[in-house]
Order: sequence, then structure tokens, then C-alpha cells
Amino acid sequence: MHTDHLDALESESIFIMREAFAKFDNMAMLWSIGKDSTALLWLARKAFFGHVPFPLVHIDTSYKIPSMIEYRDRLVREWNLQLVVGMNKAVLEAGNTYPNGRATRVECCGMLKKDGLQQVIEHYGYTGIIVGVRRDEDATRAKERYFSPRNANMEWNASDQPPEFWNQFKTDFAPGTHIRIHPLLHWTELNVWEYIEREKIPVIPLYFDDGTGHRYRSLGCAPCTGSIQSTAKTVAEIVTELKGTNVPERAGRAQDQESEDAFEKLRRDGYM
Amino acid sequence: MAYARNQLKLVVVGHVDHGKSTLIGRLFYDTGSLPEGKYDQLVAIAQRRGVPFEFANLMDGLQAERDQNITIDTAQIWFRTAKREYVIIDAPGHKEFVKNMVTGASRADAALIIIDASEGVQEQTRRHGYLLRLIGVRQVVVVVNKMDLVDYSQKVFDKVSGEYGAFLKSIGLAMPTILPVSARHGDNIASRGDHFSWFTGPSVLSALDAIPDAAETTDQPLRFPIQDVYRFDHRRILAGRIEAGVLRTGDQLLFLPSGRTSVVRSIESWNSPQVDALKAGDPAGVTLSDQLFVERGSVAVHAADAPSLATEFTARIFWLGRTPLAAGKRYKLKLVTQEVECEIKTLEEVIDASTVQTIPGADSVRTNDAAKVVIRTRRPVAVDLFERVPTLGRLVLVDGFDVAGGGIVIDVPERFAAANVVAEAGVNADVSQVARGERHLRHGHRGAVVWLTGVPGSGKTTLAKSLERHLFERHIQVFVLDGDNIRPGLSADLGVSGPEREENMRRVAEVAKLFAEAGSVCIVSFTSPSRAERERARKIMDVSDGPSIPFLEAYLGGTNDASSQYEPPEHPEISLAENIGLDERVNRVLEHLMRQIR
Repeated sequence: MHTDHLDALESESIFIMREAFAKFDNMAMLWSIGKDSTALLWLARKAFFGHVPFPLVHIDTSYKIPSMIEYRDRLVREWNLQLVVGMNKAVLEAGNTYPNGRATRVECCGMLKKDGLQQVIEHYGYTGIIVGVRRDEDATRAKERYFSPRNANMEWNASDQPPEFWNQFKTDFAPGTHIRIHPLLHWTELNVWEYIEREKIPVIPLYFDDGTGHRYRSLGCAPCTGSIQSTAKTVAEIVTELKGTNVPERAGRAQDQESEDAFEKLRRDGYM
Repeated sequence: MAYARNQLKLVVVGHVDHGKSTLIGRLFYDTGSLPEGKYDQLVAIAQRRGVPFEFANLMDGLQAERDQNITIDTAQIWFRTAKREYVIIDAPGHKEFVKNMVTGASRADAALIIIDASEGVQEQTRRHGYLLRLIGVRQVVVVVNKMDLVDYSQKVFDKVSGEYGAFLKSIGLAMPTILPVSARHGDNIASRGDHFSWFTGPSVLSALDAIPDAAETTDQPLRFPIQDVYRFDHRRILAGRIEAGVLRTGDQLLFLPSGRTSVVRSIESWNSPQVDALKAGDPAGVTLSDQLFVERGSVAVHAADAPSLATEFTARIFWLGRTPLAAGKRYKLKLVTQEVECEIKTLEEVIDASTVQTIPGADSVRTNDAAKVVIRTRRPVAVDLFERVPTLGRLVLVDGFDVAGGGIVIDVPERFAAANVVAEAGVNADVSQVARGERHLRHGHRGAVVWLTGVPGSGKTTLAKSLERHLFERHIQVFVLDGDNIRPGLSADLGVSGPEREENMRRVAEVAKLFAEAGSVCIVSFTSPSRAERERARKIMDVSDGPSIPFLEAYLGGTNDASSQYEPPEHPEISLAENIGLDERVNRVLEHLMRQIR
């Protein structure tokens, strides 16, 4: 009957996913293949007793590290998941992406990920999208709600958000708009790894040192994602490493560093 | 909400510019909780912009916030002392952003209220204190900041702390710790510093560490609101979260509002250790031993300690909506997973939350103000007093697409008490039939018979029609029986005098009873001159397996009663003399009737 902090976080995330599933007829969950959305996928299986009763959307930028796709397809088979892959083919065919085209890193993110997501949402008519963002990742995400409305252009009005209290969420919305649901909002990077360790969730090996003395701390597209110096080879070693660090998680994500407000602007426009 | 040990969620509130962000920045700096390089980075940014570095900038995330220099939303960050981990919830002090303050405070175990010593208690200082009370945050530490601007004067501190302490006491938040600081200079944050030799109380950090851990809610009665029902792997699983109390395998559960019962057959989970009990805060999945129809919005409880099941109750609310809250307007009420249309029946008191004074004669509640209201719901809602079971005693109101207000339940009329409802609902009702109590719950009222008697021309038809309209408007199932709809059909074979008239009255009484058993109010409008006939009708209302159907005899008196064959009733429930006008007649009948059927 003991509740530890992971039990409390798990309970909250499960509650939120069940609320979302009850309130949105056409809902999907974003799965970036990273540790957060994979932990979230695990929580969904807990919430729905081993099942995932909605599709998972993976926005494929074509720049993902190849082993991410192999890992994705293996879990889809083993966990019996419905997968929807979104890709902004027009932009990719035009070749206008970073680093070979004219786009900056931020513009490239906007086209391949944000616009790619918008195309999927419009095509399938999703009204609820579960996303694994966390408050501690970035100051703009720290301002998020559990249930966060986006207008018809996917824009986020960060300065006028709905009140959210007593576990009552914004579940009424105008046609054409959608709601982003953030069950991991109050988890920290450390919490996610502690949970992965406790639950023995299979994560992609890119997070571990492969013998070169480097590992990825945050996964994105190959051209914009740097590894960190680390000899952590297991989840337990990552947990120990994180307890001693003061370096931000997204420090290896180059698109955030283009300007002081780069990531903030991306998020206002509808990025996850 | 599930609570983790050794973690305290702390909301920081106060009037705009009284120094919340500076205090938080200082707490982080003093406890060594800043990310590596963050301090140097912010100092460099400030230099590049040609402005002095401020601790407040540590909390700023959004461009808009830096530009306006106000905290526009709640941000949450973490720091640690030797005793525990703190999650800081920074709530905005600007009046425009009260809804963000509420959002932040609702997650908090405790609050830090900050007051500028040089400005004293201001509008948002009072409003935030009052809102904390409504939201249910009871652990409060008050910090009088910017003491450097008033030369660390004990006199100024005593004045501010005296005034605000008295205010908090007046709204029911007694004995908070109040202490002086200068966040900018770090005085009395982590340690006393040099300027407060006259102060004998704690520093901010030791005051925070003295706050007791959040209490568990397992000693409360069981409240298990159903979020959803899943059919997975040939199991029918009721899913939700235990909001209060403890649920065990084998427990007999009472489901509200249906009144059905069943036994917990199993506690279900995936990839978690098998358990035979769940406590407040736990996610729950249970199967039942019966094939019971349960849906989202049902609340499972133990019959011995059930909540009220009410269509009317009194709440203290705060209003965040863009358009004012008004009596008579319809809103959606959400209370745990229950959702029901409601209206504000009466605005008992409207309160200006910046002064916490009553606004005399106000007929609506403005954005960011508060009120005491009576709420009436379309369907019965399982509800507790907030003071007893907080999770089932708080509600939100949705106006259109928007969550526009919140409130705590402070009074539920005795007639909705759990014991009455549970008994009526037929706890052991046969699954194959709809119990009388269930109809009561569905309709929000019982069935009854109102028997209007009086000589021709006494006003029975007029009163019957008027009553029917009034009751219909109040969402009460109602139907009138009179000569016009009985004689041509049901009693077409009967004459108008002697034994045939008696038989007609018997049939009318039986039909009225059926209407009442079906849950309606049946108004009978017949001269019915014979006292014996009316007494027989009253007896027909006795029911073998439950309470009698309410029977109200309303006598419409007339001056020529004595000269006719009419026998006036000796003890009618309602007696309406000839000189009483229609409106008054309607009111008198309604007064009696509503007491009987609610």
C-alpha cells in the first residue's frame, strides 16, 4: 500500500489517458520512438490492461537514425500496435531541408515535424493527440496544460490557456480545433529513466554507450542530434549519471540553439 | 491526487511585482539547484541587453513574459533541501491571469504568499488568499518581502503581518507563519542574515521544512468514480481511480446514481503485482460478480458510508469565465467523472474577491470574483461536503467550450442524505425490474397524486392547467386527469350518477395511482362530491411493498357548497377559499407538493 513518487506519477498518467480515451472519439498518440513516448506507450498498456486502443503516429522525417525504425517496427509486431506513419513528402521531394537545402534547422523542424503532423491530423481527423512532452525539458513546455487546445492552424495560444484544476480538463472544443494531451507533463527526465528501470521497458540501444564513450541523451534527426560523453551502458547507470548532472537534456539538440527563442517559436506554431 | 512521500508541491502567489520570481530564483540559487551554467548564461544575456541581472529572470520562459516582465502562467520547477524535494509552482500575480494562479494552486500541497513591505496588502494579495481557501490549500507561509526598501523596519513588518494575519483568520485560514525577507539580497531566505536581529521566527527554508507532509486520504469513505468500462480479453473491467478510501476484493459496492449493488470479484492490472486492496490515489480496474450495467459517471461506494445524491446543493464558487455567471443560465457541471446540466438557482451572495466583501444587490458574478450559490442539476449527482470528502465535494462549471468556474460544496439539503436515497433506491432491488427509487433518481422527484375537489365553477380546471404548466416548467413529470380525457374513453360505458359515478371515481383513482407509480405527478380535477369516494381514493394509494403514494387533497371552497349535494372534506391537506387568487392557489399547492416529491 506504499506510494512512491513513481506510483504517483504513473497513476496520474493513467488517469489522464483514460480521461482522454473516454472523451475523444478519434484520438491517436505520437510515438517518436524515444524514451519518453515509449514509456508513455508502456503507460497506455497499463491504463488499458495490456492493450493500446488507439493508433500510434510516428512522424518520419527520413532523417531518423536507421536503428530507430527497426526498433519501431519490432515493437509494432510484438506489442500488436496500430501504426500510422506521417511524412511531409512534398518538402522531402523538393529537397529543401537542412542541411542540404536552404532551410535553417528550425525551418526544417517546422516543415518535417510540425507540418508532417498537421497533415496526419487533417487526414485522419484526429481531435485528440497524446504527446509525451514534459515540463522539465524546456521552459516553454513548463507552461503547458495536461489538456492543451490547438486552433485550426495548430497554433498554441500560450498566453491564454484554459484553467485546469481538480483533475477536470478541457474536453469541450470547437470543430476544427484539437486538443494535445500531455500525460507525462510532470515527469522529469530522471523519473522516466527510473520508471524504465523499474518496469524493465525495452528502450532503443542508442541511449547507451556502445563502447565509444558516447551515448545519445535525446533522440532526434541525425543531422541535428549530438551524442554526449558518457560510459553509461545500462539504465541503472543512466539513472546514476542523471542524478549527478546539471546539464540540460536538450543541450544536444542543435535546433534549440539557433536563437534564444527558437524552440519557443516552434512550439507556438504547433510543434510538439 | 496521489501523493509521493518526501515531495511537497508549493505554489507561490501574491500581488504583481511583489517579488515572487525573485524569491523563487533566490531559493534555487541558495539551495544549489540551478542547472549548470544557467546563472552565468542569464547574467550574460542581461549584460548583452544592457540591463542588470535579476533573479526573477531565472523563472522566465516565454518571450512574452520577458517583454512584459510579468509571470503570465504557472511554471513548475524543482529544488531540494535536506528534508525533502520541493516542486515550485510559480503563479502569476497579474489580475488577468487568475485562472493560471488557480491552475497552479490546485496542484499545491502548500502556499507561499508574498507581500511587498513597501506596498503592503494589495488586491491580489487578498484575492489569492481567498482563492487558496476555496481551492483547499490549508498550509500557508506568508513572506513580507522587500524589507530592504523599508530599512528592515520591524514596525512596517508588524503592521503588514498584523493586517494580513487578521485577514487570513477572517476567511478561515488561521495561524500562518509570517516572516520578513529581502529576496533580492537573500536576507532570511536560507539563513537569517544580518538585518533581522529583531525577528525570532524561522527563515523561509526552515518554515517550508516545518510544513507537515501531505495527508493520505485512506481514512475517508470509499469513493470510486468510474472513468470507463472496457471489454478486454473476455473481461468487463470498470476503470477509474480511487479518489478516497480503500477498496478490497470481496467488497459489496453500491453504485450511484443507479442504486445497484454488486461484489468486487477481482482487481485487475497489467504488469503490476497482484493486489487485493486499492487505496486513494491508486489507478483501479475491477470486475464484478454480477452482470451489472455500469457506465462512466457512476460512483462506487460502500452503502454504509455513502455520499448524498442530490439535485440541489449550496456551493462557494469562484468564477473565471469571460461572461459573468448569472442565475437561471445553464452550465455543464463536472464533479469527478459525473457530468450533468445545471443551473444557478439562486445567487445567495456575490463577493468581490479583491476585497472579500459582499457586493450588495449584485445579480451576476464577474470574472475573478466569487459567490455563494444554490445549484440545481438536471439529474441527481453523488456529492459530499467538501470538508468531509474533498474529492467528491468540488466541482467545475463549463460555459460553452470553456471551464469557467470552480466551487466547493458547503451544504446539501437533508432530504438528499445518503441514507434516504439508498433505502429508496432499493439496494437489493431485483435486476429485472425498475425500482420505484430508481425512477425517483432518474426524474429527480417522486410521483404523487393531487386531488382537486370542489363544486362546479370553483376553479378546478383553471388551477389544474396552471399547476400542470408550472410543474412542467420545473422539469417535473405531470399529467391532468379530468372529465374531458376520462369520460370519452376509459369511462365511456358509465353514466354520471349513482353507482356508475362511484365506479368512475374508482377508475380515476386507480389510473392516478398508476401515473404516480410511473413517477409522475397526477393532478385529478373532478367535482368528486362524495367524501367516501375521496377517502376510498386515498386508500387506493397505499402500496403493499413500500411507502404510500403521496396524496394531496386540495379543497376549492365555495359559498354554495352547503346548498348542494357536495360534502366538503374535513381534513384536506390544502384548503383554498373562494377569495384566494389563482397565483396564490398555485403557490400553496406547490409548497405542499414539492416537499412531498423531492
